[in-house]
Amino acid sequence: MTGTVLGAPDIARALTRIAHEILERNEGHDSLVLLGIPTRGVPLAHRLAARIAQVEPGFDPTDRAGALDITMYRDDLHRQPTRAIGETTLPAEGIDDRTIVLVDDVFHTGRTIRAALDAIKDLGRPRAVQLAVLVDRGHRELPIRADFVGKNLPTAKTERVDVHLEETDDADEVLISGAGSKGAGA
Amino acid sequence: MRHLLDTDTLSREDAILILDTAAQMAATQEREMRKLPTLRGRTVVNLFFEDSTRTRISFEAAAKRLSADVINFSAKGSSLSKGESLKDTALTLQAMGADAVVVRHWASGAAHRLATSGWMHGHVLNAGDGTHQHPTQALLDAFTMRRHLVSEPTGKALEGLTFAIVGDILHSRVAGSNIPLLKTLGANVVVVAPPTLLPYGMTEREDIAIHYTLDDALDAHELDGIMMLRVQRERMTGGGSGFFPSPEEYTRLFGLDGDRMRRMPDHAIVLHPGPMNRGLEISAEAADSPRSVIVEQVSNGVAVRMASLYLLLAGEEAAE
Repeated sequence: MTGTVLGAPDIARALTRIAHEILERNEGHDSLVLLGIPTRGVPLAHRLAARIAQVEPGFDPTDRAGALDITMYRDDLHRQPTRAIGETTLPAEGIDDRTIVLVDDVFHTGRTIRAALDAIKDLGRPRAVQLAVLVDRGHRELPIRADFVGKNLPTAKTERVDVHLEETDDADEVLISGAGSKGAGA
Repeated sequence: MRHLLDTDTLSREDAILILDTAAQMAATQEREMRKLPTLRGRTVVNLFFEDSTRTRISFEAAAKRLSADVINFSAKGSSLSKGESLKDTALTLQAMGADAVVVRHWASGAAHRLATSGWMHGHVLNAGDGTHQHPTQALLDAFTMRRHLVSEPTGKALEGLTFAIVGDILHSRVAGSNIPLLKTLGANVVVVAPPTLLPYGMTEREDIAIHYTLDDALDAHELDGIMMLRVQRERMTGGGSGFFPSPEEYTRLFGLDGDRMRRMPDHAIVLHPGPMNRGLEISAEAADSPRSVIVEQVSNGVAVRMASLYLLLAGEEAAE
């Protein structure tokens, strides 16, 4: 299987649905903070925040959406070339007693999310942490699940899933490519 | 990067990567929880053949904030003072499993020797070798300059900015590292020193402006920053080893006081690697003014050393 699995309208619909699900689950927006995991989780978190603000005018999408860099918490640092460290931006009031929704593009082994949970632990004590992902491709290696999923995408381990976004790649699309072919991005 | 030995061989991309990484490290140091798990299980040895409290505790703080284990190995009261050779020390460190060695040595080239001899596999960070180089000091100075003088600094160098370095250029490894790094980052370098304290050949260099009094330099250049170097007591007078006639004359010709500081543009910053001789190379008024970034240099030093340790140690072992 190779090709585009989600186009721009599909991604837009999925994000709108997730935004509503987040509001339903949390009975409002009072304590919500959306933290994207770099690179592509960050624009996704901002898009979700903008959608929530459309429904709930009292929600400030610029303050409540941020970024959480997890590079220094990864468990595979020694196995990879040195990674550049991304930026972490949090709401001015911090994350204590907030409900954090972590946002990432592709949900795969769960190791990124484990690192994110460790990073959050060092930044404060949120009331709850939830997880929103655009694509869940399976193959979990840790007991972690997503609360909000844009699309479940059954894949083979050898396949590769690439999410492209306007903000980083000039197009909204989710691509899947077969075993052996290696594209750019993550 | 495998080692951090000098700024001559440091590429512009690597230098900017260190500065950008240091900016993120500095951001983590403003949090309530300042310790990161990144280098857990790695061992960093501080190998100091020369006394240095500031640099050693700065490296120690940097390594500990990244959760590395730190072993301090200093000359006083150890085998180093009993005449053990650098080679035997290196073999000992190798046997102890040091992942990185931070070395300060009185001999120029000691860090290079340690890195290239094959005596040990660890990464080597030069924390000052003789009168040669002190690269992390130059990087923390560049980081401080960039933070104050470049808007939206991430990814940027020091293009077009002009910095004066004043004092003992001949013996200063701070100057030895700062001059190449500032040139690599696109800055203009002005050197101010007595003729006796300039390295051989520097006056022939066309990419450096040289002045023999601070007043001349202030007249000739619109400075964005000025770095005052420490005057070491042993260089002053007596026994035929003096490089200038008297401390008073040095202060008159090269000292930074309030009046001279006000002749610089309003945005210009004052740097000093410490420890300062107040009243000799810098007056209390200049050292304590809002334009002085001397205390900030210390905290930036920890961030830059965290970045250096991270970039050398965090990646896969095979990366050469």
